[in-house]
Amino acid sequence: MKITIPMNEQKLESGVCPSFGRAPYFLLYDTNTNESKWIANSAAESSGGAGIAAAQLLADSGADTLITPRCGENAEKVLSGANIKVYRSVDGTAKKNIDALIEGKLSPLSEFHAGFHGHGG
Amino acid sequence: MADKPLTVAVLSGKGGTGKTLVSVNLAAAAGEAVYLDCDVEEPNGHLFFKPEKPEEETVAVKIPQIDTERCTGCRKCVEFCAFHALAFAGNHPMLFDEVCHSCGGCALLCPAGAIRETDKAVGTVSSGRSGHVDVFTGRLNIGEASGIPVIKHLLGKIPSGGERPVFIDCPPGSACAVMESIKGADFCVLVAEPTVFGAHNLAMVYELVTLFRKPFGVVLNKCQEGENPSEAFCLEHQVPILGRIPFDPELGALNSEGNIAARENQRYRELFGSLLERIGKEAQHEAAFDSQR
Repeated sequence: MKITIPMNEQKLESGVCPSFGRAPYFLLYDTNTNESKWIANSAAESSGGAGIAAAQLLADSGADTLITPRCGENAEKVLSGANIKVYRSVDGTAKKNIDALIEGKLSPLSEFHAGFHGHGG
Repeated sequence: MADKPLTVAVLSGKGGTGKTLVSVNLAAAAGEAVYLDCDVEEPNGHLFFKPEKPEEETVAVKIPQIDTERCTGCRKCVEFCAFHALAFAGNHPMLFDEVCHSCGGCALLCPAGAIRETDKAVGTVSSGRSGHVDVFTGRLNIGEASGIPVIKHLLGKIPSGGERPVFIDCPPGSACAVMESIKGADFCVLVAEPTVFGAHNLAMVYELVTLFRKPFGVVLNKCQEGENPSEAFCLEHQVPILGRIPFDPELGALNSEGNIAARENQRYRELFGSLLERIGKEAQHEAAFDSQR
């Protein structure tokens, strides 16, 4: 499994970023090799469509699973187009979330919010 | 002889201050006039004017249409789109049309000729007449993100010549849709409430019209005895106060029944008549001052 998580910092021991599209980094964790890679989110500073662009980045990264606290409906379309499964994160570090996913303790994210279109979020 | 009609934009930092009251009544007081309702998310000027047999036109924007058979997956369009309206996942191009800004770049760029532009309806503009006032109402379709295309279409209705003044009823606030609405105006009327919140919102639109270098003045609405923070703002910033509308149950009753006070009531015919005169003078003064600069 190649798991990706939106992150504020490039540390496995830090918490999950509350934003998906505007997270500064994405962790890409390969469960076969236990290797971590970090992807700088070039979409974070976009004036609009950040979620779409971030999802495109992940689609191109080879990730097959995303753990995130939330995700917009446009990004969800790109993710499902790329066959990336989306799970809801739990409080705690990226490492804790990866372990929880492997143990089957995370549930799929089922609600995808409409765009904020510059109105907060 | 004016070669271009006087165009007055009426705006305020928030909804409910009296933009529609002022712009509808100014147009009615002018007699022969043009009224544009640019508050396309919730136009209400037509409730007062009740234009007869309005004619409706559709406002459309261009969005890309992708021929998936022809698409080679080169992703030039995805890389080009500054608004991220295009994506490519699972070997398929994807379009997010509500994010698209209709620039047409993707269609120009596509090496495979797989993208062409097509029309997407985003709203309507209806045209009608009420007395001697031409009434134009813009409506944005529910779910659309931007009213700008509808406002642009509306502004296209302004006659290029003639003597009839034009009144633009702006959307509330000071964001893009308001900027679009006041862009071509000769004069801006800021409507303000006598509250601290009202003065704060007045400060926002004051900043906007100053930035746009528009000549402007303030109409104080809902005036009562006692403190008026919006008036204090005007005095502090040396903003001309064009007129005062009282907090009056009679006006409230006329308005809530969808009547136009300047057409029904002598006192308000005079009030809006003299406000109109004052705006005309201010705008003329500014124009003369401008030509000397």
